[in-house]
Amino acid sequence: MGRVFLYGFLLLATLFFLLPVYLVVLTALKEPAKITLDAVWRWPDPVYWESFRTAWEAFRPKFQNSAVLALSATALSALVGALNGYVLAKWPFRGSNLLFALMLFGMFIPYQSILIPLFQFVKAIGLYGTLWGLILVHVVYGIPIVTLIFKNYYSEIPDELVEAARIDGAGFFGIFRHVVLPLSAPAFVVVAIWQFTQIWNEFLFAVTLTRPESQPITVALAQLAGGEAVKWNLPMAGAILAALPTLLVYIFLGRYFLRGLLAGSVKG
Amino acid sequence: MRDRITAFLVLLPSLVAVGIFVYGFIGQNLWVSFTDWGKNPAQALALRPELRFVGLENYRELFTGFVDVRFRQSVVNLIFFTLFFMGGSLGLGLLLAVALDRGPKGEGFFRTVFLFPMALSFVVTGTIWRWLLQPQGGVNVLPTLFGLPPLGFPWLTTRAQVLVFDWNQLPLYTAFVVGLVLLYLGWQAHRAGEGKRRFWSLLSASVLLLWAFTLGRHVQLLPYPEPHGFSLALVGVILAAVWQMSGYTMALYLAGLRGIPVEVLEAAKVDGASEWQTYRHVIFPLLAPITLSAMIVLGHIALKIFDLIFAMAGLDYAPTDVPAIYMYLLAFRGNQFAKGAAIGILLLLLVAVVVIPYLASQLKKEVQR
Repeated sequence: MGRVFLYGFLLLATLFFLLPVYLVVLTALKEPAKITLDAVWRWPDPVYWESFRTAWEAFRPKFQNSAVLALSATALSALVGALNGYVLAKWPFRGSNLLFALMLFGMFIPYQSILIPLFQFVKAIGLYGTLWGLILVHVVYGIPIVTLIFKNYYSEIPDELVEAARIDGAGFFGIFRHVVLPLSAPAFVVVAIWQFTQIWNEFLFAVTLTRPESQPITVALAQLAGGEAVKWNLPMAGAILAALPTLLVYIFLGRYFLRGLLAGSVKG
Repeated sequence: MRDRITAFLVLLPSLVAVGIFVYGFIGQNLWVSFTDWGKNPAQALALRPELRFVGLENYRELFTGFVDVRFRQSVVNLIFFTLFFMGGSLGLGLLLAVALDRGPKGEGFFRTVFLFPMALSFVVTGTIWRWLLQPQGGVNVLPTLFGLPPLGFPWLTTRAQVLVFDWNQLPLYTAFVVGLVLLYLGWQAHRAGEGKRRFWSLLSASVLLLWAFTLGRHVQLLPYPEPHGFSLALVGVILAAVWQMSGYTMALYLAGLRGIPVEVLEAAKVDGASEWQTYRHVIFPLLAPITLSAMIVLGHIALKIFDLIFAMAGLDYAPTDVPAIYMYLLAFRGNQFAKGAAIGILLLLLVAVVVIPYLASQLKKEVQR
């Protein structure tokens, strides 16, 4: 009896989580003329792949923008985070903990509270409407979380290891290169997944700081779906395209994804 | 020594960047919120606008001014959205976690399914659910697959409101709720035997409640009644947000459930506790700290929710407005930068009220360890 109830509940929950996906795929595979509201749940006959081609053509520049943006900002912020975490975990100085705490505060602010000065600043330095501006912004506002993850990770590396390398004559960068960096792969994976997902999915900065030619895919999708004239097959195919990279990360690196999620859970 | 200097120099750029982009910008935003930038359209987009200091005028207008009625509805929307979104995500997340903890077959599959929306952008979720919630399609025709009549709820396009109250009563309700919370804190302090904390919470609670029952009833923010309520167009948005985030609470709760020592559960069994009693008196109390952290995270997301609503209803639809949307609309569509900045500061204050005590308590725990 209890088991029946349990599986019944899980089945219902699975439907709640998967039915939207079913509908999205269905709609993306329908001929535009056949997308009528009362037949939305019917499987397409025949299956129509053309929407994906159209959506890909429409979204390819934005998809490329997103890829360039997410990959370069992720790489940069992982580098910054590794160095910061290394300093804070292995070379603390007086007041470094306070500075770290002040840094962490940047994780919690709602970005609406700095959006107007940020907009002016990016405009003033001539980066408004470029991908560079957006990369800069993502790297800067990523500093708290990536520093946190690396600092926590590097705290686990025994100090004796660093001490031994120092006695052998290694300096600040020598120790980083030869002792710390070779041990860092898991932290890099967690940070890379976290930042890539966040930046790929981000919308507020993107919509405020870009022009059409530098828009990432989230902005383009929101604008396409918001228009009334478009048939739904395009937004749905576009949604699948926009979701694919982060979904693949989730499916293939799920364990790390979850770890990053819990590590960054206070950020939201 | 040289290495120490190198270490500091390596950290320095990040410190400067955070200093400017977080603290500098917050300061500048605060200053902008005290000016009249945007009042005069000719000045609004000027390269070097002449800004006049107007003090708290923008804040006053937002809460009591004639033109900003939409801001006030957005605040009410935010309150209801936060409550239902948190309640929904926590409730569903807990149910899912308890179900998975009972070891059904295919647990890994279910976990993957419940968690995948987390990998999506709010914009993707919003686009999907916008389509699902079309008045004559999607969810509404779902019952016809089982031979039932279709639903007729217009979801995102409804203008209906429930739980309507007069904006003038807001200070009264706020005082009332805060007073009750303080009473509760006092009761907790009493049980923990902390005399000082009990005294201060009881004192401030009684002052607030006294104010609410005497002067508070006569406070008039506006010269006329202004009804606001829970906008039913938000139901669909809440549904989508819960769909996206309840997998996250499930993951948190599941980790918590798996962390409960077996001896504790066995002790409860030996004491003859029924299954329900074990949950009620042993397991749920142990999950309370997780609930608190999840509430902080979800509350934080709720306060700045923007992309989901942008993608589901757009910027221009007042019934689903929240302060983050209205802020964007004012500043980047209407060039009313000062007022937009004021909303940004209000959101920051709200987040600070939630996050700072939490951080402080976490820090205290860390020190004690």
